[in-house]
Order: sequence, then C-alpha cells, then structure tokens
Amino acid sequence: MTNLLNRKSQPAIQSLGRIQFPQPQISQLSNGIKVYQFNSGSQDVISIEMVFAAGSWFQKKPFSAMATNLMLREGTRNFSAQKLSETLDYFGAHFENTTERDNAYITLYSLNKHLNNTLPLLSEIVKNPVFPASEYDVIAGKQRQMLEVNRQKVNFLARTHFNSILFGSKHPYGINLEPNDIGRVNTADLVEFHKSQYHSGNCTIIVAGLIKPGLINDLETYFGGSDWSGNSISPIQYLLSGSDQKYNFHQKEGAMQSAIRIGGLMFSRSHPDFAGMKVLNAILGGYFGSRLMNNLREDKGYTYGIGSSVVPLRNGGFFVISGEVGAGVIKEALSEIKFELNRLCTEQVGESELSLVRSYLTGEMLRAVDGPFAQADLYSELIEDGLDISHFEQLTDTINHINAQQLQDLAIRYLNPDDLFTLVVGPEGI
Amino acid sequence: MTEFDRFTLDNGLRVVVHRDSSTPIVAMNILYNVGSRDEHPDRTGFAHLFEHLMFGGSVNIPRYDEPLERVGGENNAFTNNDFTNYYLTVPGHNLETAFWLESDRMLNLAFSTKSFDVQRNVVVEEFRQNYLNQPYGDAWLLLRPLAYKVHPYQWATIGIDPSHIENASMDEVRDFYERFYNPCNAIMVIAGNVETNEIKALSEKWFGVIEKGTVYHRNLPVEPTQTEARTLTVHRDVPYDAIYKSWHMCSRADDGFFATDLISDILSAGQSGRLNQQLVKNLRLFSEINAFISGDIEAGLFVITGKLIKGVSMADAEAALQLEIDEICKNEIAENELQKVKNRVEAMMAFSEMRVLDKAMNLAYYELLGDASLVNSLVHKYASVTANEISVEAKKIFKTENCSTLYYLAKN
Repeated sequence: MTNLLNRKSQPAIQSLGRIQFPQPQISQLSNGIKVYQFNSGSQDVISIEMVFAAGSWFQKKPFSAMATNLMLREGTRNFSAQKLSETLDYFGAHFENTTERDNAYITLYSLNKHLNNTLPLLSEIVKNPVFPASEYDVIAGKQRQMLEVNRQKVNFLARTHFNSILFGSKHPYGINLEPNDIGRVNTADLVEFHKSQYHSGNCTIIVAGLIKPGLINDLETYFGGSDWSGNSISPIQYLLSGSDQKYNFHQKEGAMQSAIRIGGLMFSRSHPDFAGMKVLNAILGGYFGSRLMNNLREDKGYTYGIGSSVVPLRNGGFFVISGEVGAGVIKEALSEIKFELNRLCTEQVGESELSLVRSYLTGEMLRAVDGPFAQADLYSELIEDGLDISHFEQLTDTINHINAQQLQDLAIRYLNPDDLFTLVVGPEGI
Repeated sequence: MTEFDRFTLDNGLRVVVHRDSSTPIVAMNILYNVGSRDEHPDRTGFAHLFEHLMFGGSVNIPRYDEPLERVGGENNAFTNNDFTNYYLTVPGHNLETAFWLESDRMLNLAFSTKSFDVQRNVVVEEFRQNYLNQPYGDAWLLLRPLAYKVHPYQWATIGIDPSHIENASMDEVRDFYERFYNPCNAIMVIAGNVETNEIKALSEKWFGVIEKGTVYHRNLPVEPTQTEARTLTVHRDVPYDAIYKSWHMCSRADDGFFATDLISDILSAGQSGRLNQQLVKNLRLFSEINAFISGDIEAGLFVITGKLIKGVSMADAEAALQLEIDEICKNEIAENELQKVKNRVEAMMAFSEMRVLDKAMNLAYYELLGDASLVNSLVHKYASVTANEISVEAKKIFKTENCSTLYYLAKN
C-alpha cells in the first residue's frame, strides 16, 4: 500500500464553492435603534456590542473620544467604579472598550445564564456615566504612561507619524497624540462628548452568540426608551493636509531595527476599486505567501514580518506597507519593496499565483464567517458604512473573476512607487 | 463538555478527534513533545529556530505554505518551554491536503541550506523585534536566569543570545529532527465536521508508514529549593521604573495548581483584582500591575510585574505590594471573592473555546499532560478549591527566600 501513495502530488483540490454568508436577524427598538442578531455557536455565551459614532473624528480635543469611552465604566449614577467592576467580575463578564477613528464600541461579553445581572450594567455605563475626576486622574495618568512607553517603539512611531504624513496632523485621521494632549482634556470635555455622541440616535447594537428568546425584549427595556435621545450632529468635513515630501525620516537613536511605512491615500469600502485592491494587496503583502514576505523574509531574511493592507475608513482610506527590518539593511529593504511595486505595475500576474490568491482569499472569507463572534465583527464594519451582505457577494465575485490586466491597471493607478509616501523610523535614514 | 474519540497508530502517533458540525472549517493541530527545556545550554533558541525550518520544505514537497493556501487554508506554529505546536485550519473538503503536508514533514525534511541560512536571519530579527528593540523587552531574559540556576527554564524560548542561533549548524538541525520529530513523540488533533472513521483511514494512509523513531525520555536537572531572596537591578533606556517579582510554584500536575492559579486571579483578574484596586486606584503607586503564573508544565513561576508611577520610590511601591502579599497569606479569603474568581474562570473557559481551532489546541495540550479528558474536568477542579487551600498555597509560595526580584529602572 505504501508504494501506491503518491507523496509528490497534492491530493485532489475540491472547489470551495459558494460561501453562504449568514444573514443577521434585523429588528428595531421603539426609539429607532437597529439591532442585528447573529444566533449561532456551541458555547452558551453572548456578546452585545454597542456602536456609536463617537470615534476620534468627532472629538474637539485630541484624546477626548478615547477618554470618554474608557471612562464610561469608571462610575455611574448608581454604581461606583469599584462596585461596577466587582459585580461584572463576579458574574464572569467583561467589557471591551475600543475607540477608532470613526466609531467607538462598548461590548459586553457574558455567559447567558448571568445576562440578567450583567445587561443592566451595560445600560448603566452607556446611559448614566458620571466621569468622576478622581477616577479620571488614574485613567489619564495610565494612558499617558502607556503612550510614553509606546513612543519608545519604532513600530508605534511609524504608525502614528505615517498617519500624519498622509492626512495631516490637524486631520482627525492624522492626529499624532502627544503626552501633553492628555493633560489638556478634563472631565467637563468628557461630559460634553458623551452628551453629543452617546445617545440612542447615534447607536447600533450587534448581538452574537447563542441568543435566548426574549433578548430583544430585554434590549427594548434597557435601551429602547426615549430617556436617552439626543441630536446627531452633522459630521464635520476636514481638509486633507498631508506632507508634500515623498520621503520622510524620523530618527530613533539606538534602535536595532528600522520601521518602514510606504503607502498612500485610498478610499472607503464603497469605492468601485475597493474589491480589486483587496486582491492586488493580497498578492503584494496580504498573506504569508505574498511577494513581500517571499522576497524580504523568505529569500533575504531582512525581517521577521512585512505586509501590506488596504484600510477603508468612513471618509476615505489608505493603503500601507509596514514592517520592521534590521537597521543595517534599510536601503536594501526599501529597494526590494520598490522593486515589488514596480513589478506589479509592469508585469501581469501569472495564472498560478492569481489562482492561489483567489483560493487564499476565499478561505479567509470562510474563516471570517466562522462562529458568531467572527460574524459580528465582520458585519459590524459593513453596517456602520451603510452596506449590506451584497458587499461580500461583490467582493467574492471580484476575487473569483478579476483578471491580470485589471490588476495591472489598478497597480498603475494606485501603487506607482513614485506616487507613494515613504517613512523610515530608525537610527539612520537613506 | 468537549466530546472526542482517541486512537493510537502502530508507530505511536496519538490521534484525537472532536466532532463539531456547526462549521465548514476543520482544524488540525500537531503537537511535538519538545520545547526549549530540551535544548543544550550552548544552543538555546534551537527548538524555536527548528519550528521555522519546518516550513522550509519537506522531502517530497518543496514548499509547505503554498499548497495549503491553494485550498483556502491557513497555518501557523508556536514554541514554548515545554512543547512545539503546529496548527492549521482548512475548508473541510480539502482536509486531505493537510494530511499530505503534515505527514510529509513528519516523514522527513528537505534540510535546505538556503532555508536554514535565511531562517537564522529571520529568527535573529524576531529576537530583535520582540525582545531587544522593545522597551522592557529583555525583562524575561533577565528574570529567568535569576529564578532558575539549574533547570532549563532558565532560558527563554527565543534563547539566551542571538549568537546561539547564528552559530547553529546543519548537523545539529538533522540531529534535533531525528531525536524529536517522530510519530511516537507527537499528538495530532482534528476538530470539525469530521467522522472518526474517516480520520482513522486518513491517518493510517498518510502517517501510518512513518517510522516510529526512538522514544524520548526526558531527564532534566531538578531545580534545588531556593534558600535566599535574590535581586538584580538594571538600568535601561525606558521612561518608567518597573518591578518584576517571581516565586517558584508547583508543577501543572500538582494538586495545588488550581489554587495557585486562583491566587493570581484574586490579585489581578479583571478590574476588581486586589492589586489594581489598592495599588493603582487607591494608593496610586503603580500605573499598571499584574499577577500571573508562567503556565509551564514543570514547576513554574508565580510572577507579579508592575510599572511605577513617575516619582514614586521603588521602596514605597514594593512595601505596599508586600502588604497585599501578606494579606492573602494571613487572612482567609471571603467566600464571595472566591466565588467571583471561580465564576470568572468558568466564563473564560467558555470564551476560550469559540472556534474549532481553540478546541483542537486545548485537547492536544491536555493529551500531552496525560489525558485529553482533563479538559472536561477543569471547571470542577477550580470550583472545588477552598479558601483554606488558597491560604495554604499562598503561604507556600510567598516565602521571602523563594522570591527573585528584578528592579528594572529608568536610566535618568
């Protein structure tokens, strides 16, 4: 039997077929809040994510959006910070607070059997936070120390400085938070930000897990009333004021590695070229077998990891290559990245590589809908951009059908190395 | 309750199968019973370097990653002090490609010089990126040899120094492979919408012919009981002073393990943990402080690490921390607080098994400990811990002479 086994050839490859994207159950609370439910999984747990248009885009002072979100759980009308955390921990639940550029999120993770004890806490922190000054001192001090530590890292410096290069340091997507910014925010700012952004007119709820019947009634009880309404402010439009220098260097003395960023402004998810750019990006640096990884890591050993991504935002977006390389090979690394960008612009990708990337991306989509929490994460981005399931169907369609000529056209339009910005953070530039 | 089937091939490969029909994804996890504890003191970091080489092509397959990506799969691996773990997920109907790939690299590697040269560089860059070029990144590299004088846990998985990796030779690579990468030294778990009979047939087909290899008998030096407190002070270019304290604790198989783990939760789990409430919020001595166990299979470390608030003296911070340690040794924990940490453990376990890959990894780990079914008795084990056991374990661990302290101070 051993002799019959052909180890040289891959077993027959089965087509991955059509991905069944799960449809959330959509309902609406009396006050208009939309609730999306993903009911599946094997564990008796639930996540309730509340999404607010309360990201750094909406803040008047740097840090105030993030500070407001962090402070929600630090004391409410009916609970001290300590009582909140004691109760939450007692029932084995936890909150996750995240503030991004466009949105802020507060998510409750709970065992179903304790939800009647934990859901009221979520309501309390979202609707009734009081922002005690003493608690704020602790949180702000901690954030300041974390920022100071992060500013020792080339990777962190590269990320924040590159945002400024692309968008301008006054633009909400380009703000580079300084330790002193934290000192300029006080609890009155947080009260104001909470009032303007954390209200029922500015909120979406996404539920995932094994959902018990009657959950929607509980959500109605806690979040469906008119007691926390507010007026959504119309979003401010900011002007881009990015750098006019294509090459930028930020010195970090004594660093053993240099962090690299190369990229440019792009677009939001609804742009017609978004799906094609996802495929092109994968070829360049979007998976382990990508050209950047093959060249700079697997062939040259310059780096532990390098990749690229297309980052869609509500009002725009960007493309970026990022990695850390040995400080001694920075010139060689930049030159290889440029070589790979040029290759995308001048040569058509071969059928074997393209089919590999199609399969990889299809597998990635399958993993992205595997399990209720993954589904909720995937859809949460879509919902916020006002898109629906058809977005994934279009994306899948592009993954399966885009051709080499179309990819080359995209590369010429968006990835010409002479048009992109470069940032090096390390001991020496080029 | 995670149900599973188990069988062993004639060559000693242990196979665990868990069925979960709720997902089209199948996870394959292969654990090799070799970690950095099995390394020679002059060749530390070798088990981890070897993990990289496992992706450099096998005897019949020049590239590992590409065929897997071609069927929509994804993979990775990690090495720790105790074992090396390779895992992948793949859309179920292409599972056979995973068997083909994994069996070939268990059968034999290609031992490509090119891959060897490149991966040595990659690992040195990893060493720099994660340990040397990070603020506080070398703390564990300093703490381990302070706490361990004899046992190989004295070095981190990445190794003592990049030179150990730079000096490794191809002969050593071959020797390492022959000693450890054998079916009788591995555990394979498949989790997903699969039938045990189908997995049995695939396992026999692809892995059955691999030679058993020599059984590895681990015989590591025993760390003598620590008899006096140790300290080390370093000055580094970091913004804040930090403290790292470690105490020797029991092994994973010891009855006291569960109480010890709960002690770390009492001190620092969630926002309501004692250290956070007292030292961060009330006294404002630390900006952050954490207690945790190292998670090793053999006798490991109980660790507390904290960063001090600017201007606070190390003596004041350490004295206040000591009061918290004295408290948990002297006064029995209240029933409510004990119930809190038990509830938390129960929830964490539920959240840690959301995907088939999580379940596959857990089953492999507990099978390595001796029995995959341990995974189903954990909640009960934690729930049975009494307040008295917490006190007894705390007193055992937090002896002054059992402690090693690293003072990691800001230069200016």
